[in-house]
Amino acid sequence: MSAVLRAQELGKSYGRVRALSDCTLDVPAGRVVGLVGPNGAGKTTLLNLAVGLLTPTSGTIEVLGERPAAGPEQLAKVGFVAQGAPTYANLSVEDHLRLGARLNPGWDDAVARDRIGRLGLDLSQRAGKLSGGQRAQLALTLGVAKRPELLILDEPVASLDPLARREFLQDLMEAVAEHGLSVVLSSHLVSDLERVCDYLIVLVASQVQLAGDIETLMATHHRLSGPRRDPARLPDDQRVISASHTDRQSTFLVRTDAPILDPSWTVGQVGLEDLVLAYMGHTTNPPPDRPTERPKLEVQR
Amino acid sequence: MIWLTWRQLRTGTVIVGAAVAALAALLALTGPGVAHDYAAAIAACAEPAGACSAVGRFFDRNQMAWLAVTAIVLVVPPLIGAFWGAPLVSRELEAGTHRLAWTQSVTRTRWLAVKLGLTGLTAVAVAGLCSLAVTWWAGPLDHSGDMARIEPLEFASRGVVPVAYAAFALALGATAGLLIRRPLPAMAVTLALFVTAQIAMPILVRPHLLSPTRSTVAMTEASVDTFAFGPDHALRVSASAAPRGAWVLSSHAVDPSGKRVSPITISAASGPCARPGSPGGPADSPPGVTGPDGDPLVTGCLAELQRLGYRIESTYHRASRFWPFQWYEAGIYTLAALGLAGICFWRIRRVPA
Repeated sequence: MSAVLRAQELGKSYGRVRALSDCTLDVPAGRVVGLVGPNGAGKTTLLNLAVGLLTPTSGTIEVLGERPAAGPEQLAKVGFVAQGAPTYANLSVEDHLRLGARLNPGWDDAVARDRIGRLGLDLSQRAGKLSGGQRAQLALTLGVAKRPELLILDEPVASLDPLARREFLQDLMEAVAEHGLSVVLSSHLVSDLERVCDYLIVLVASQVQLAGDIETLMATHHRLSGPRRDPARLPDDQRVISASHTDRQSTFLVRTDAPILDPSWTVGQVGLEDLVLAYMGHTTNPPPDRPTERPKLEVQR
Repeated sequence: MIWLTWRQLRTGTVIVGAAVAALAALLALTGPGVAHDYAAAIAACAEPAGACSAVGRFFDRNQMAWLAVTAIVLVVPPLIGAFWGAPLVSRELEAGTHRLAWTQSVTRTRWLAVKLGLTGLTAVAVAGLCSLAVTWWAGPLDHSGDMARIEPLEFASRGVVPVAYAAFALALGATAGLLIRRPLPAMAVTLALFVTAQIAMPILVRPHLLSPTRSTVAMTEASVDTFAFGPDHALRVSASAAPRGAWVLSSHAVDPSGKRVSPITISAASGPCARPGSPGGPADSPPGVTGPDGDPLVTGCLAELQRLGYRIESTYHRASRFWPFQWYEAGIYTLAALGLAGICFWRIRRVPA
């Protein structure tokens, strides 16, 4: 199946501020994609570009093979839950379901009412009186019952407490399993995404630092620890993501497709969170000799 | 989309609809009485003894109500602009609900078209009903008051222009909201711009839509309303050469060469225009109310002014131009509304989320 989201040298600036630059991505269909990065990294910008709320200042973006928001058909194929899960405060839950039904030709009312019933939301309650979690659920219901091919969620759990977070994500996963959606969701917390995603995009300081299948990422990143060593003396095919040294010991986080053969290393697994943090730290001191190498990363997927 | 727009507009429409219905009912109940009163006053007027003061008294009795209904029609368009137009898009932008609305299976252009179209129709209907009811109800009063129907205050609150004003105000509000993105400043800007347009129109534009009539008449008791000596002994004349019911743009005394003169230099101390009593003091003597023979001072002074060749020159629009002006102005405001709507449609595709 083709890519759900394909971006080429995509960029967006607000005046002189670059919110996203040189973003090249090719996200395959049928994945649950986690978009992670610190606050202000450009996650919302990327997602708003993907749903057509923003138009790029440079480069191109295609979602499900078309320009985002190109027309009603394209809009119908993409569900979106915006940051903060905006809803009409004056309209009741029931009104929101009717809104969804009127504005989406593919609306699945049974799914919507079933979800609302399961969540225990009062149909007559105004959306403005719902808790943050309930509002997020209502917004998700609108997104799911639209029966999109791709569901995009911008920080859907940011305002939720840990328990509500877990429930929301579980619920999302059920919907994904049931309807075979592709999903892109963003968060600044890796732990939120770890449980649900199988594809990861790390966005730091308006640039994509890492993108790929999580299994592959885990298999190609290793923690090496051993006697102190200069990172320049590592083999060419091992790319150092982070390095820390004590007087006698060095610890490296490296990326390589080849097995680690050097017996002097103790090779350890890297957790997803550590991996992401390493990439986030990585950008603050980018290796001067390899600034252009990053875009190649995703080709290795 | 129609459903959503209606759902968002519903509360406001119900309230406004109730208010319009109440106004219409009130006017429908009192209208025949007013018309009957007027007919009675006209009948009284035909009697030689009654003069025309009966019509004047009829107007005075109903003046407050007349002012009130006129004011209602005048404030409806700016209120529509501020309370329906300005928040139309800006409230969504402020609350972030545009992100919900624009990511359903409806393009933003369609979203705006339905919102603007449906709200516009409602606004036009409200303004139209108000104007229709008030134009009908106030008809007899409009004919009996001092103010001509073509003069700015009445012109703007009768006929078809209130409908065009409402459409313009709504489009202005929507545009302001779309550009400013916040409802309150957008409301303020809408009101300010609308009021500016309403003031500028009768001063700068409307008089020139058709070329005004210019006429010159002799200074007689019929054409002179008041004349007064100022403290500087200068004679100021207020007069009009325009027929009744005209919209007078300017009116002033001219000397024999046709040059505008104000004040007229004439001796107040001696001659026909001299005041009896304290010479040199301010005099104020309105002619026409001093009886059929006229105040000898006024008559004499006017005769002297006539002899010196002073005349009254006026530029004005005749009462019969009421409807041509109404259609011209309705056309201008409708075009402006369409232009603003065009800006909205151009802008909605570029507005950053």
